[in-house]
Amino acid sequence: MAFALSPEREQQLQQILSRYPNKMAACIPVLHLCQEANDNWVSEDVIAFVAQRLDLSTAHVTGVVTFYTLFNRERPGKHQVWVCRTLSCALRGSDAILEHCEKRLGVHAGQTTEDGKVTLRTAECLASCGSAPMMQVDKNYHENLSLEAVDKILDELVRD
Amino acid sequence: MLNKTTYLTHSYETPDGHTLAVYERQGGYQSARKALGMSRDAVIDEVKKAHIRGRGGAGFDCGTKWSFMPKESKKPHYLVVNADEGEPGTFKDRTIMERNPHSLIEGCIIGCFGVGAHAAYIYVRDELHLSKERLWGAIREAKAKGYLGRRAMGTDYEVEVYVHTGAGAYICGEETSLLNSLEGRRGEPRLKPPFPAQYGAFGCPTTVNNVETVAIVPTVFKLGGDAFSRLSDLHGFNDGGTRLFGVSGHVKNPGVFECAVGLTLRELIYDLGGGILGDRELIGVIPGGSSCPVHLPDEVVNVPDDPRFEPYNGKSILDLPLGVETFRAAGGMLGTCCAIVLSDAADPVLAIHNLMRFYKHESCGQCTPCREGCGWIDRILTKIVSGQGSIEELDRLSEIGSDITGNTICAFGDGAAQPVLSFVRKYRKNLEDYVLRGGKSQTGRLEL
Repeated sequence: MAFALSPEREQQLQQILSRYPNKMAACIPVLHLCQEANDNWVSEDVIAFVAQRLDLSTAHVTGVVTFYTLFNRERPGKHQVWVCRTLSCALRGSDAILEHCEKRLGVHAGQTTEDGKVTLRTAECLASCGSAPMMQVDKNYHENLSLEAVDKILDELVRD
Repeated sequence: MLNKTTYLTHSYETPDGHTLAVYERQGGYQSARKALGMSRDAVIDEVKKAHIRGRGGAGFDCGTKWSFMPKESKKPHYLVVNADEGEPGTFKDRTIMERNPHSLIEGCIIGCFGVGAHAAYIYVRDELHLSKERLWGAIREAKAKGYLGRRAMGTDYEVEVYVHTGAGAYICGEETSLLNSLEGRRGEPRLKPPFPAQYGAFGCPTTVNNVETVAIVPTVFKLGGDAFSRLSDLHGFNDGGTRLFGVSGHVKNPGVFECAVGLTLRELIYDLGGGILGDRELIGVIPGGSSCPVHLPDEVVNVPDDPRFEPYNGKSILDLPLGVETFRAAGGMLGTCCAIVLSDAADPVLAIHNLMRFYKHESCGQCTPCREGCGWIDRILTKIVSGQGSIEELDRLSEIGSDITGNTICAFGDGAAQPVLSFVRKYRKNLEDYVLRGGKSQTGRLEL
C-alpha cells in the first residue's frame, strides 16, 4: 500500500517546507518525519512519497537515504540501542558495555532480538565523551554507565 | 594560566538555566540590542578586535571570516551554525545547546546582522534530540518577545533562526559537506573555491561558524571586543577571550570547563580533570579531538625563530598554553580544545586502531586517497593488533598517511592522516612490539 502521512504530520511537513527557499532542502527533515511514521524505516514507498512531494527524482532521494547512517533500509526493532565505541568511551569501558548488551539480548551488534523488541547497534562518537561510557536508547542518552545501569535500561526495554 | 570564567556557563547548574527568564536575568539580549544599533561594519570590527579563533577546530578568526561576506549583493545571505558535533573527544557544543541555548540564538541575531543575513540555520546532528528541543524552545521564546522575526529586537532588521537536522554522518561537520546536507543532498564536500562567502547555501553568500564561536559573540559586545580579547593570555598571538575546554578518557573528573584562553594541558588534566585515573602515569594526550596529532608528556617546546615563544621554549608541551598558533608552531594542532587522555593502562596500539576504524567508517568515499587509504590503514592495523602484521606493513602506514595528506577535496583526509602519522612516529616501539611478539604485548586493553 502506498505510503501517506496523517493529517497532523502533513501539517508538520508544510511547516518544514516553510523554512527553506526550495523544496529540496526539506529532504532530510521530511525523510525523518516519514521514517518515524513508518515504524522507523525508509521503504521504497517512503522514497517514492518523498520524491513526489518534494519534486525530486527517486534516484536523488535514494542517494540521500543511503548516504546517512540514521535512515534504516530495513525495519528495526521497536527500540533502537546504540552503544558508543569511539576512543573516549572505549577508554572508559564501552567494550564491556557492548559485550554485556550482546549477552543480555542474545544478539550481535547490528541485529534485532527475535521478538522484534530491540535492535542493538554500535555508534561512532555521540558527543558525550565526558560522561563515558554511554549509549543512546531511541531518543535518549544514558551516560556514565555501569553494567548494573545497563541491566536496568535493558530490563525496561524488554518488558515494554 | 588557569583562570576560570563563567560567560557561557553561568547558568549551567541553575534549574531552568536554559530558559529566557534566567538568560535575561544575566543581561541576556542586551548585546543583540547594542549590536543592532551599530553599523554592520562596526559590528564586524568589534568581533575582529575580540580575536575569536573558530572554535570548531580550524581556528580561523571569526571577525575576518565575517568580513569576507559581500557588502552589496542581490542574493540573500545566510548564517549557518555548525552544530554537527562529532569529532571524537569533543562534547562542548552540546552543553551550550542544552544548557544555554539563548546565548546561541542571541549570537545568531548579531551574526546575521554582521554578515547581512536574514536567516540562520543551526545544523544539529540528529542524535542530539535534547539540543534540538532546547533550541526550538529558545527560538519560540525569543520570537514571542519580538527578539526574532520581521522586526528583530524592535528594529527593522529581520532575523529568523531555524534548526536543521542531519542524519548521521561525521563528514557533515565539514562546512561544504554541511551545506550540501542542508540543501537536501548527500553530504559530500565541495571543491573550494568558490568559498561559502561567495557561493554557499543555496548558491548564496554564506558564513559557517561553530556553535561556541557564535554563542560567545554576545559576550564580546557585553565586554567590548578588545577587553574580551585581553582576557586571554594569548592576546599577543591574536587568540582572544575565553573558551570551553573539555577533557575525557583516563582522568578522574572528565567534563567541560570554561576558562580564559591560555590554559595549559597540565592544568586541564591535573587541576580541572582531577589527575589521572587510579593515579597512573600519563602516556599521551590528544589535545583537541581525534584529528590532532597525539603528544607525549616528555615532548619539549622548541620554536627558536619566534620571540613570542621564548617563555615556553625548553618547557614540557604540557606547560604550553593551549592556543591555535602555539600548538601549530609546536608541531601539533589545537583543534576543538577537548583533550583525550591516555594513561599507561591504555594500549596506544589499540587506541590508534580504534580511531582509524572511526575514520574508515566516516570517510564519505568521494576522494580515492581517503576512501581507499583509510580502509588500508584500518586493515593493516587490524592485522598488527591480531599479531599478523609485519614491519614492512608498519612502514606502509606512514606512507599511506602521507599520500592521503593534501590529496583530498576536504580536510577529512588530513584529519585522518594526522593521528596515524603521529601515533606511528611516537609509539613506534609499541607497534613494533606487536609485530615482533605476535600481538602479545602492552596491556592489551584500553580501559583501566
